Amino acid sequence: MSIPVNTSFSADVAATSSLCQGATDVAADAARRTAAAVAAFELDAPSAESEAWRYGPINELDLDAYVPQLTAPTDPVLPETPAIEGAAATVTIVDGWITSIDLDADWVDKGLTVAQGDPSGRTSLDADDVDRIDRLHEAFAPAPLQITVKRSLTVDAPIVIHNHHSGAGVAAFPHVVVEAAANAEVTVVEHQTSGEGAGLAVPLVEMRADDAARLRYVTVQELDTAMWQLGRQISSAGSQASLVSGIAAFGGAYARVRTDTRLAGRGASGDLISVYYADGDQVHDFRTFQHHDAPDTLSDLLFKGTVDDRAGSIYTGLIHIHEDGRGSNAHQTNRNIKLSEDAWAWSVPNLEIENNDVRCSHASTVSPVDTDQRFYLHARGVPPTVADRLIVAGFFREVIARFPSPALQETVRGLVDTKLDRRLVAETNGNVA
Amino acid sequence: MSELIIEGLEASAAGNPILRGLDLTIRSGEVHAVMGPNGAGKSTLSHVLLGKPGYEVTGGTVTLDGEDLLAMPTWQRAHAGIFLGMQYPTEVPGVSLQEMLGASFDAADKDTAALDEALLVEAARIGFDEKFLSRALNVDLSGGEKKRNETLQLGVLQPKIAILDELDSGLDVDALRMVSQRVEAATEETGLGVLVITHYNRLLTELKPDHVHVLAKGQIVASGDAALAAELEDTGYGAYGEVEAAVAEPATPFASGVLDVFE
Repeated sequence: MSIPVNTSFSADVAATSSLCQGATDVAADAARRTAAAVAAFELDAPSAESEAWRYGPINELDLDAYVPQLTAPTDPVLPETPAIEGAAATVTIVDGWITSIDLDADWVDKGLTVAQGDPSGRTSLDADDVDRIDRLHEAFAPAPLQITVKRSLTVDAPIVIHNHHSGAGVAAFPHVVVEAAANAEVTVVEHQTSGEGAGLAVPLVEMRADDAARLRYVTVQELDTAMWQLGRQISSAGSQASLVSGIAAFGGAYARVRTDTRLAGRGASGDLISVYYADGDQVHDFRTFQHHDAPDTLSDLLFKGTVDDRAGSIYTGLIHIHEDGRGSNAHQTNRNIKLSEDAWAWSVPNLEIENNDVRCSHASTVSPVDTDQRFYLHARGVPPTVADRLIVAGFFREVIARFPSPALQETVRGLVDTKLDRRLVAETNGNVA
Repeated sequence: MSELIIEGLEASAAGNPILRGLDLTIRSGEVHAVMGPNGAGKSTLSHVLLGKPGYEVTGGTVTLDGEDLLAMPTWQRAHAGIFLGMQYPTEVPGVSLQEMLGASFDAADKDTAALDEALLVEAARIGFDEKFLSRALNVDLSGGEKKRNETLQLGVLQPKIAILDELDSGLDVDALRMVSQRVEAATEETGLGVLVITHYNRLLTELKPDHVHVLAKGQIVASGDAALAAELEDTGYGAYGEVEAAVAEPATPFASGVLDVFE
């Protein structure tokens, strides 16, 4: 059998027993991983010529530059992340491996589980819609972090995950599964950080909100600016359930997240929000799917970004209303501010509607800072750099206000401010025209 | 005593000459009204005095107390003491009045501690709902509320000279009276000099001008007292050579969020 061999990602490596941690049948686990690694290289390499990866730098992906993390890292050095008071659980994941779980005993008694989960490699990804990267995740991901909330339990304190990547040369495949049983409520905040250098992060988050459950998952991405991230997030919501997916992206050389949200039960809702800010040579890439499979479902997507210097952003999104989706409301808005001539943004919203009794809207803009807004502030005595800063911060305000907690909103606002401060310093030093 | 002196001002937009040698002097405490037909260059005058992008000054001078206003960027003109009350105040999503004026105070090294108090006092004086102070600037405000907001800022910033471009549009009679009284009070309290730009006489029945000028084809073609305004109300601008066609304002290319996916 010929296997296109990338030594780091070969079937032999995938079969490495150290990865089989948690598996009851080690041989079966090794065989499964081997098969996934083989399958990965039977698929075409992801390519910017395909619709799924268009506009981005995916053709520059060189898997040979990375080595998968096959064992749990020992003594990782982690950067500080904003402290979140009174978390129900705090988890640390390093290079895909769970290195610590601190779960409040009271919550255990009430029915919250935060633990290493099913190592079988099963996921909710659509088997007909997986690519090489998904297959590599299947082959190389350690056992997932499993968060399960018992029926009707409201976890009114956040579960905090610090997902760290050690940086240069490492490929990591973190995997988080969140399941909120009927009428349960939970908020998960994932903070992504990395060491320096060009590493590859391939995170997968799966979410399931059963009937009437409320599930919120917020990712704050602060990877090193040399990092590549090829992430996926897949979620489903049952009848009357509500999902909130928030992504605040600031780091990465190329940071991409594909989000698949399936409103599967009648009256389910999904609030999909993102704040992103790319500068230098960064590229942020979002691909979203809003599937309305059931009647009277509601989705509201608002992605707002800023690109500066030579940085770019890509938004491609599809609202899909299934023929059973009558009475659905679907909204999709992507707005981008371009702060420099050389910055760029692609924004491509799409609709596919198979039922006439629906309300859908999509809007998309890419523009510099509004000249009239700027003039108004200048005319009232606000200096240009300060005016632009106020306008950009103001631009993000409505979406930040939709993030779940005031503390989290403050964190995201602070990260936007950090980017704006950098810009202000650059302008003061005369680096920007 | 402050003095805004405009001499021989010429300006064009998109290559079209609009102001063609305009002379006007405004001193502290005076209220001047510039009236004229559509397209005469009234709004252009207000924009050029504040340095709005899209206009080119091709001749003449503008000084405020001897300082060359045209040499300054817009924000410094504001600190020099010029205020423009805009005809169409711009909506600025996510930025509050408090934040904007706070940044302006900071830039002038003024005490921002006094700002909140000043905002409340000024809001009360013109019947501006306090809830708008912390909301996004001009967003979801009615036309009248926007004009009150402009007047409130005039009160807080205490400029030397205020240019009020079509201040009356959108205001009902009561609001017009309150706003006019506030401006008039400023001429006495802080010696504000006022340049009112208006098409109709309506505002001038409340805010009494000392001098009325007719602007036509980019020049002041007649000056007089309040009686001139009343006369214009009756006769219209026909006598001053109503211009053939209104000159378009320069386009602001990205004003309304252009779908521009191919950048």
